[in-house]
Amino acid sequence: MSDARTTSMIELDAVHFARGEQVIFDGVDMCFGRGEVTAVLGPSGTGKTTLLRLIGGQVRPASGQVLVDGIEVSRARRKALYALRRRMGVLFQNGALFTDLTVGENVAFPLRAHSRLDEALVRRIVLFKLEAVGLRSARDKYPAELSGGMARRAALARAMALDPEIMLYDEPFAGQDPVSMGVLLRLIRRLNDALGLTSIVVTHDVKEAMSIADQVIVIAGGRVIGQGTPEAVRAQRAQEPALAQFLDGAADGPLNAAEDEAPLSADLGLGDRQ
Amino acid sequence: MNAALNSIARLGRMVLDGAQHAGSMALFAIELAWVLIPTWSRPRDILQQVYAAGVLSLVIILVAGGFVGLVLGLQGYNILSNFNASESLGVMVALSLVRELGPVVAALLFAGRAGSAITAEIALMKTTEQLAALEMMAVDPMRRVIGPRFWGAMIAVPLLAAMFSLVGIIGGYLIGVVVLGVDQASYWGQIREQMEAWDDVGGGAIKSVAFGAVIALISVYEGYRAEPTASGMARATTQTVVLSSLAVLGLDFVMTAFMFGA
Amino acid sequence: MNVQRGVELVVGLFVLAGIAALMVMALQWSNFGPSRVAGYEITARFDNVGGLSVQSPVKLAGLTIGRVDSIEIHPETFQAEVRMVIDDKYDNLPTDSFANIYTAGLLGAQYVEISPGGALESLEDGDRITMTQSAIILESVVSKFLFDKAKE
Repeated sequence: MSDARTTSMIELDAVHFARGEQVIFDGVDMCFGRGEVTAVLGPSGTGKTTLLRLIGGQVRPASGQVLVDGIEVSRARRKALYALRRRMGVLFQNGALFTDLTVGENVAFPLRAHSRLDEALVRRIVLFKLEAVGLRSARDKYPAELSGGMARRAALARAMALDPEIMLYDEPFAGQDPVSMGVLLRLIRRLNDALGLTSIVVTHDVKEAMSIADQVIVIAGGRVIGQGTPEAVRAQRAQEPALAQFLDGAADGPLNAAEDEAPLSADLGLGDRQ
Repeated sequence: MNAALNSIARLGRMVLDGAQHAGSMALFAIELAWVLIPTWSRPRDILQQVYAAGVLSLVIILVAGGFVGLVLGLQGYNILSNFNASESLGVMVALSLVRELGPVVAALLFAGRAGSAITAEIALMKTTEQLAALEMMAVDPMRRVIGPRFWGAMIAVPLLAAMFSLVGIIGGYLIGVVVLGVDQASYWGQIREQMEAWDDVGGGAIKSVAFGAVIALISVYEGYRAEPTASGMARATTQTVVLSSLAVLGLDFVMTAFMFGA
Repeated sequence: MNVQRGVELVVGLFVLAGIAALMVMALQWSNFGPSRVAGYEITARFDNVGGLSVQSPVKLAGLTIGRVDSIEIHPETFQAEVRMVIDDKYDNLPTDSFANIYTAGLLGAQYVEISPGGALESLEDGDRITMTQSAIILESVVSKFLFDKAKE
């Protein structure tokens, strides 16, 4: 799996990460190409959100390296880390809008926090960003007044406020109706191409992700089970039964085999006790 | 035999859990201490929190202070008139309030009214990933969210305690002098005569500053470390009220022993 | 912006009110320095003032007419010189009035009781009441009583 891309923006080298007893990543290598939309797919609970937190430097791996544009996030000092984060935008699973600020103030927040722009300019940037996600008219609403899809688009506008180079999307399609999902898909693709971003979309919606991604990485059980263009990943399914199960959404297969390890009779205490 | 061992083990675990809790709170306090001064670079954030924690607690504090003063006046009159010493009503009411009840009751009410709200707010921000969002926007939530809330509570508590005592003394005056007919001049005169500006008023103020710091620390800590679930938030707010109350009462005993004790 | 200004104002008032409450209690309602009562000053010397202290009431026929302003040792007589401020309303106290130190109740606070005399001139600012009776010290009364009993 070492298709050495010289232009990768983000790289993970032999990353180990565990939460307590539970191993989330067991020595994974990944790279995310500059200017590409990469979809990270995997069943729920395989550490997709953890991956984003590793890239953002919010958690550190037990071993291995996380490199973002050549900077080692896993060992960066706070100052370097904060400088790096200003170049990243994150769309959180439920938007994570600040509930006591209006949509417009939410979008203005990173601008006010990191620049000394005058109010008129901030206002104009906010309007531009909201226009890009089609929410200009909702700028004086509070997040509680928005629908789920609108909240996520507002959060996208906020994530884009500082013109990031890297966009991280955490389950952007979860709980969206088909129309807002379509809107989001198009937005992710268009923003990436128009602004020359590097985008990472973490999701378990196979079909949607495949439709917009340049590269696909499938993770399960703490390791990478498929990597490449959507077509290439589809082609790999023969070698990897888990990949086939995940892509097809089959109920039985290696992915949930672990659940059946101990026979039910043992848990019920019926088996022969020693 | 086994049951006895089990309960000893459970006791041991409780002690260990408590120690771990205290330890992680101490580490958090150190982390917080680093941002307390930088927080003042955004005085508006602090002002907003003084409003949310202090001004919005004003009604409950003033009403409670008034009632406590009325009750002290009534009870004090009944007891003191047995000794033909109802002239001392003023000083009894004033010293009880300024030394003890003002700082302690105001702190307890504050913990229930504002401390729990601070915890719930921070815990909700954590649950809805607002704190994570701040971090990823390269804004330190310690400085932006935790610090101002700490200062807000810390500033509000001593001010509220002072107002509580003042209103209480006036309440005692109303019941004692206006209703029960204690000599007005002796009510105020005895207070003036026996209340020490430094030891009593100052001592009470020092207490309430300490209570403010403790409640503020517990409130922000419990919110920041809350488990990001509905039940985790509920537990965190309860924990804030319980821990703050116990800490205030315990600290009150220690400080009283040091300041007014033999 | 307007809301922000309102919040600022309210918080400002809140902080001022809190500090004012503290100041009133510390400076006005406590014995922090002599709080001046409007009136005129008279003095009286006592052999023993007992538990009398600054701010103790000065009473006439049971009503408070003034306050004790200071108590000092007179350098020559070694008596306690009590300076009292009497309300201007009571400016006709006869010069031969009598000053006693009494106790309110058996264990209560002590105060100065003025018994008016019959002279025609009134006490003026700075005058001294010459006829005084000291505080009754409970211990000396008790011991005197016991001593007398023993003698019988």
